[in-house]
Amino acid sequence: MTMTSKVRAIFGMPKKLNRSFTVSLMLFALLALFGSFMVLPLIYAVNNAFKPLDELFIFPPRFWVNNPTTENFADLINLMGNSWVPLSRYIANTLLITLVGTAGHILLASAAAYPLAKYRFPGSKVLFTIVILSLMFSPHVTAIPNYMVMSWLGWINTHTSIIVPSLAFSLGLFLMKQFMEQIPDALLEAAKIDGANEYRIFWSIVMPNVKPAWLTLMILQFPALWGTDGGSFIYSENLKTLHYALSQIVQGGIARAGVGAAVALLLMIVPITLFIISQSSVMQTMATSGMKD
Amino acid sequence: MQARHVGWWTLLKRDLYLSRHYYILMAPFMLIFFMFTVIPVGISLGLSFFHFNMLELPRFIGWQNYSRLFLNDDVFLIALKNTLLFAVITGPVSYIACFLFAWIINELSPKVRAVMTLVFYAPSISGNVFFIWLIIFSGDSYGYMNGFLMRLGIILEPVQWLSNEKYVLAIVIIVQLWLSLGTSFLAFIAGLQTIDRSLVEAGTVDGIKNRWQELWFITLPSMRPQLMFGAVMQITASFAVAEISIALAGFPSVNYAAHTVVTHLMDFGTIRFEMGYASAIATVLFALMLGTNVLTQKMLRKIGE
Repeated sequence: MTMTSKVRAIFGMPKKLNRSFTVSLMLFALLALFGSFMVLPLIYAVNNAFKPLDELFIFPPRFWVNNPTTENFADLINLMGNSWVPLSRYIANTLLITLVGTAGHILLASAAAYPLAKYRFPGSKVLFTIVILSLMFSPHVTAIPNYMVMSWLGWINTHTSIIVPSLAFSLGLFLMKQFMEQIPDALLEAAKIDGANEYRIFWSIVMPNVKPAWLTLMILQFPALWGTDGGSFIYSENLKTLHYALSQIVQGGIARAGVGAAVALLLMIVPITLFIISQSSVMQTMATSGMKD
Repeated sequence: MQARHVGWWTLLKRDLYLSRHYYILMAPFMLIFFMFTVIPVGISLGLSFFHFNMLELPRFIGWQNYSRLFLNDDVFLIALKNTLLFAVITGPVSYIACFLFAWIINELSPKVRAVMTLVFYAPSISGNVFFIWLIIFSGDSYGYMNGFLMRLGIILEPVQWLSNEKYVLAIVIIVQLWLSLGTSFLAFIAGLQTIDRSLVEAGTVDGIKNRWQELWFITLPSMRPQLMFGAVMQITASFAVAEISIALAGFPSVNYAAHTVVTHLMDFGTIRFEMGYASAIATVLFALMLGTNVLTQKMLRKIGE
């Protein structure tokens, strides 16, 4: 293939109208330039994790690793093995928070989204407007009253204080509702004629039909919970999360620079892998994410 | 009159009864949502008129928190200035970048498209990897920026990037931009793929000559719902900058050079325990976001005219 036809193939150009080759090439260059700005720090993080200590402190600093080693990961396991609270404890805490928080959110948000997407009833419009409005404030606005509510409930220093609020995350409800609007009404009508009640319709017809949206809610919720350090609610060491433990190591400074680099890789690899797996479902859901004016 | 009143009430009661299953389905989510989002916002609005330090009972002081905020708190004014600067720079830039990159990516073949989507989206989900930027902008000669510039001979001595008032805000802005291609970016790519091809063909018949005209008259108007959604997400994110500032510039940053409204809120809410005052800050932040959203949505309605 010639250069021109290669670019044309990548851009899928022959099928498209209104396209000039020069502009395509310029836009492609722009994309490549900014794409490398986006991806280089991440590639650097991967490289760093495999650098032996002498390469981490070379001057001038080098981007690529010369003699890759897994020493940093071995050190990490060693270090965590010697700590007061074993590594497995942090992992168990993080898994508990992430799994319960994500699964619970998908279930509760879907249950709430179904009536809002498919029916009109007293209060439905007001509730949805409140959900949209709540997309517009940052969690920091509610941080102080949240703390007060938690302490009234006696949830300070329990995982409940992290899990329960994360179950009702308004972006998830919003996306799920927009996605559910696509389910044909005829499908629901048919089930009703067959004698299914609302709960049965929700569970056996609506839920299987919105699987792509489950994955989307997961990819939105998972990184947030995976990366949580317990915020201002959890104080005892053996309830802390993996992220918290790892960030303590990173703050250890020069002596632990190698371990820190390994930690960085561990923290980023999980959400990114999850996104790669669920990408096409996420796109399908996002296509319905619009807001009408 | 009396009869109509009763009729309306009976009607509502019947509606409520018929919809009982919907309320039951929504109850768990709404209960938690109200308890940890809606009611706290209400409490926060209310508390902003009180003096409250968690130890004594709240004392009503009217607008005093707000007057202190705007007239008597120099640091808040710095924070407000920085936040507005963030909002004005990162908001529109990241919003336009989200759209521009989504638009270019949309032209690519499906496989390349998937890879490029990942490339642009990855930073925003990769957890706290932004501390890589700490190494890049590290103040000694092992920092990448310093090492690079020193080898080129542009600077002779390492620059303390993150503890110099001149640079720190700009660096936080760059990193914030790096992280900001998130949900709205995905929504834009997905929205572009749903545009009806026949609209473009019809447009060509009507005299649309190049891709810029196609963009303005066909693509953007058909994507208006996604653009609205993206605007809400980007505005909220650009007004709420705090974690990046704290991670890169420290808390508080040198001479408050990277102080934002949210870091100011954290200062009073979690360190000084002046809850009433912190709530006033939160209320100002919420008002700013809401106002910007209304304004942006008005502007978006003009697209394609």
